[in-house]
Amino acid sequence: MSLPFTKHTLHNGLDVLLHEDRACPIVAVNLWYHVGSKNEQPGHTGFAHLFEHLMFEGSQHHDRGYFQPLQGAGATLNGSTNADRTNYWEVVPANALELALWMESDRMGYLLPALTEAKFANQRDVVLNERRQNYENRPYGLAPMALLAALFPPDHPYHWTTIGEIADLHAVKLDEVHAFFRRYYHPGNASIAVAGDFDAEETLALVRAYFEDLDAGEAVAPVQAAAALSTDSRIFFEDRVELPRLYLAWLTPAMFADGDADLDLGTDLLANGKTSRLYRRLVFEERIATDVSAAQNSREMAGYAQVTATAAPGHTLGELENVILDELVRLASDGPSDDEMDRGRVQAEAQFMYRLQTVGGFGGKSDQLNAYNVFLGDPDYFDRDLARYHTVSRQSLQQTMAKYLDPARRVTLSIVPRGRASLAAPHSAPTDVS
Amino acid sequence: MPARIRAAGIDRSRLPDPGPPRAFAFPAIDKSQLSSGLNVWTVSRPDIPLIALVLLVRRGASADPPGHDGLAALTADMLDEGSGSRSAIEVHEELARIGAQFDTDIGSDALSMSATVLSRFAGRALELLSDIVVRPALRDSDFSRVRQLRLHRLTQLRDMPGALADRAFLKLLYGSHPYGHAPIGSEASLAVMTADDVRDFHARAIRPSAATLIAVGDCRHDQIVGLAAASFGDWEDAGAEPAPANDGLPSAARLNVVPRPHAPQSELRIGHVAVARDTPDYHPLVVANTILGGQFVSRINLNLREDKGFTYGARTAFEFRRLAGPFVLQVSVQTSATARAIEESIAEIAGLRGPRPVAPEELELGIAALTRGYARNFETADHIARAAMQLALFDLPDDYFARFVPIISSVTAEDVHRVMERHVNPARLTVLIVGDLDVIGADLPSLGLGEPVVLPTDVV
Repeated sequence: MSLPFTKHTLHNGLDVLLHEDRACPIVAVNLWYHVGSKNEQPGHTGFAHLFEHLMFEGSQHHDRGYFQPLQGAGATLNGSTNADRTNYWEVVPANALELALWMESDRMGYLLPALTEAKFANQRDVVLNERRQNYENRPYGLAPMALLAALFPPDHPYHWTTIGEIADLHAVKLDEVHAFFRRYYHPGNASIAVAGDFDAEETLALVRAYFEDLDAGEAVAPVQAAAALSTDSRIFFEDRVELPRLYLAWLTPAMFADGDADLDLGTDLLANGKTSRLYRRLVFEERIATDVSAAQNSREMAGYAQVTATAAPGHTLGELENVILDELVRLASDGPSDDEMDRGRVQAEAQFMYRLQTVGGFGGKSDQLNAYNVFLGDPDYFDRDLARYHTVSRQSLQQTMAKYLDPARRVTLSIVPRGRASLAAPHSAPTDVS
Repeated sequence: MPARIRAAGIDRSRLPDPGPPRAFAFPAIDKSQLSSGLNVWTVSRPDIPLIALVLLVRRGASADPPGHDGLAALTADMLDEGSGSRSAIEVHEELARIGAQFDTDIGSDALSMSATVLSRFAGRALELLSDIVVRPALRDSDFSRVRQLRLHRLTQLRDMPGALADRAFLKLLYGSHPYGHAPIGSEASLAVMTADDVRDFHARAIRPSAATLIAVGDCRHDQIVGLAAASFGDWEDAGAEPAPANDGLPSAARLNVVPRPHAPQSELRIGHVAVARDTPDYHPLVVANTILGGQFVSRINLNLREDKGFTYGARTAFEFRRLAGPFVLQVSVQTSATARAIEESIAEIAGLRGPRPVAPEELELGIAALTRGYARNFETADHIARAAMQLALFDLPDDYFARFVPIISSVTAEDVHRVMERHVNPARLTVLIVGDLDVIGADLPSLGLGEPVVLPTDVV
């Protein structure tokens, strides 16, 4: 397995990554800006994501919708914002590569002259509706707000969600958009990956032509923040749900840091799929839960691991918590079996292959090259990334899980049906969330 | 002219024209049939180090017998719960040992089981797939657990406005027609089901003469046929097929509400029963839908999202099935905009077939969006396997994908108008709202759709 590429850095600091793959006559253009909700301030949350929406509303030399010419050329396109980065991508027929570069470079260089109060107000309404649809009007949809707020202190930029607080979204002003664009949306804070059916030399010339005359902008200083849990923080809230759900969460190492891969495999064997230990006990044998899952959520500055389980009717979250803690203790004392390790490694390898089947979109080859480049400064990380999973040992997994999934230092969140506070895990305090 | 020359002096006063499209051909499908009737189709792509396997059985939720809504889906769910002497967990451990991405899917017309694996595990994956489909254990104890989980799932679906709307809308449009229930069925139907029902349905409905095995990736046709004969060789048709219920279509009220007190948004479904996949109007309908609500720059999304800001997104679809499927507009809008959004939606649907016919540039954009990027639908082994599945499900010819672009390109504005007029009738549209009736109730009479019929949450 390999992911061959070339990397060039333009005079203005823009990183250009090129990967040829001639199997299908399409090209993926993928742009990362190294800015996300972690670059926001308390009271101004949700801004990075709202800004992403504005990037689709036209720029100086194409002051109309961003989608129209690209869809007319046969492209599919999208963007997304998370805590650490914002990405934008197009997958175009090979003959429309130049169009995609034209469009991306125009909004990188010339967004603000086309940005009006009316566009801004419209997209704020759209984002408020996105928040209603995906968080407020969805069962358990407000869990991320409560979890992140409990895991990270108020001045830590992982304290809030990327969608942001309603009041902050209402308060934001157009001039903040201008300042944000100048600070974060420039070539020196961006990385473009092009993958697919093209000639690398011609494409590099095209990328230079479209991007090299854009102003460099000032370097963005890395965000610094620290978080620590010293207790078991036990909270609950009532929601429009039929069945109560329990969330246990812990602070863990950052993306690509020591322990990150152990936690990926460890949370998988704990609660991912029918072969996992917690599925077997909670759903299959004792039948006290309807579902269970776990994940290591790796981020740039820190990670958090999470176990989530929904109680079957007639059972309390306290019962679920006892079984989960019991299995954590067992894993910490005995470690994983050889069979669990073998399965975990094969699955990790297969997942890598499945992800890299496609040149574009979220998680395809172009997105992966940008992830390595932006977070590690080194797109040539594919083999080492896979090697991280091959070098996890029984002992390292056992020690890492024991160290980080410490029952005494965690967040325990219960979401219970309205009027059924008694179903929450014991000794939980009510919390407000919206 | 070569790109590098054009690049020397870029011109921001106009968008670059795409050059001529690069040639693309859908890969050839090799086909065989085993003596049992099982079709074996392969697409050889040695450049992809994976194999995507799909077993499609043309029996889905519409095959549920009377009073047994959900039986096909429950049966599909039971297949990977153990085979022979292996327990459910042991089956999944075997799949995990080869890193298989395993999935079961069920719709109205078909169920499918798919496994994508690294190509070195192809033989093992086929063995496991055949154990799952042909030799499932279907034990009583697993049945009671799986049924209980499905009942819990139904309980949870009541919290989810989108799922609630989908299920209630199917019921309104189709009643006790085979398409009138979601694959999961209902609390009442699941309550009366037994493990014997599942065993009977498995024996009679999941049959090789209704099945196609598709393999795409680093494989040869004779190799897959040989492996399939070894794994699926003892699979035979058995007994008469179960007959589904069909009492014809009901006539629903125009305006229906499932109350959801304090909901910040209203979940809307607007549509009616429309047309089957085998209609000769298929291609013009695809173009019409693209323009109306099938892409970001469609009329309905540009209106409700980009102009009004009422929603995060709106779309329409003709859901093509073997029998007449629904035309449906779906959108979730802020509560205060509910009546306005319904009014605008109906006006957009009516507009395309009358007062605001498709404009030349809209038609050009819609056709271009469907054709110019067509190759990307066949990039991965999974994409190609899914495409082949469409051929098997709807009896489409092998040159279907090769002909798609030229046929779509020949669709005219008159075609769009004609098929919209023939298959969509604004006066017949049924509207369903899952939302806060106390807040929106006063606005509804102005829609002129009659008294709203209030449906209980557990109607479905």
